[in-house]
Amino acid sequence: MSQQLLRFRVNGVAREVEVPAERLLIDLLREDLALTGTKEGCSVGVCGACSVLVDGVLLSSCLLPAFRVDGAEIRTVEGLASKEGRLTPLQQAFIDHGGFQCGICTPGQLVAATALLAEDPQPTDDAIRHFMMGNLCRCTGYQGIVRAIHAAADTAADGGVRA
Amino acid sequence: MTAPYELHAPTTAREALELLDRHGEDAHVMAGGTSLVLLMRQGLVRPGHVVSLHRVGELRGISRSAEGWLEIGALATHREIERSPLVRAHCPMLAEAFAKIATVRIRNQATLGGNLAHADPAQDPPPALIVLAAEVLVLGPRGARAIPVEELSTDIFATSLEPGELIVGVRVPPLPAGARATYRKYLPRTEDDYATVSVAAATVAFLASIQSHGTNTFIFGIARMIAISSVA
Repeated sequence: MSQQLLRFRVNGVAREVEVPAERLLIDLLREDLALTGTKEGCSVGVCGACSVLVDGVLLSSCLLPAFRVDGAEIRTVEGLASKEGRLTPLQQAFIDHGGFQCGICTPGQLVAATALLAEDPQPTDDAIRHFMMGNLCRCTGYQGIVRAIHAAADTAADGGVRA
Repeated sequence: MTAPYELHAPTTAREALELLDRHGEDAHVMAGGTSLVLLMRQGLVRPGHVVSLHRVGELRGISRSAEGWLEIGALATHREIERSPLVRAHCPMLAEAFAKIATVRIRNQATLGGNLAHADPAQDPPPALIVLAAEVLVLGPRGARAIPVEELSTDIFATSLEPGELIVGVRVPPLPAGARATYRKYLPRTEDDYATVSVAAATVAFLASIQSHGTNTFIFGIARMIAISSVA
């Protein structure tokens, strides 16, 4: 076993943590930092519940060794809303358009859709479905999720603050 | 959680080779980690030492040589290849084949070198690269060599890499003028699934003239290359 001293930022806050080399990012977030908004679903990189942004790149935290985030800026679902609790247009749209049912996949859906809107602010229906294809909703609430992402994109186009 | 291991994070390919030489079969190379982390999580692989390449900058990047070869570093992610204007300009089929692998999250993490070294017969990149006559660039204890992509995989999860050898990149020769290529796969279930079967094909039609004794003979021909993934 080898210990690794990692320095990184999570949702704008500087962190320094010593972890074993085999620690995965999902466990670093949930167990070491108590950021339990990120969920573990399939544990094999398929379902998308553990989606996080590492330096703006959408990744499965269940497949990423924690040592890889040394020096990185991580954004989790807890870091989407402002410190005062003001929701992003995307989060508000998920509420307004029924973008969730049981809610277990919602943190991953929000993080993935945030990444999508960052690189494609006005995605087509096909682009949304292709990009979000890897975020599973076992309640099958996909229509509401797609509607919410369209609505958030429209809000941004109308001059709202982008997600 | 995975079983404990000793982590090594070299900053040069040379240093990585030394580590592989020192630790032999007890060492595994980690590139993006999508396959190796899965194998370790399931207890199928338990390396005592992991040589992670994430700090080896020389294995990154996509470029085009003066002679028109496309050169892709082993650590280029699938998504970087999918979105690279250089790749798209060289051969749109290659960019599209990478765009259709798994999900965006996997494409953001998985690398070309890792994909080839893993030698999973259901993967998309090998057939796409084979029909373009691409070569795998390898560095090892006995120096550098290039292996045609079709000669890399020798069996399921097995390669012709020698112990201590490291994939450093892939190079794709310039395509002949007028060449066309396509990549298709059959996915009966979901878009991110492994293909039941996939096929890559490249063709080039050519017209040549031979001059002999004052007469011109014209030759029209079609050259084709087809590669198929494992059929499951």
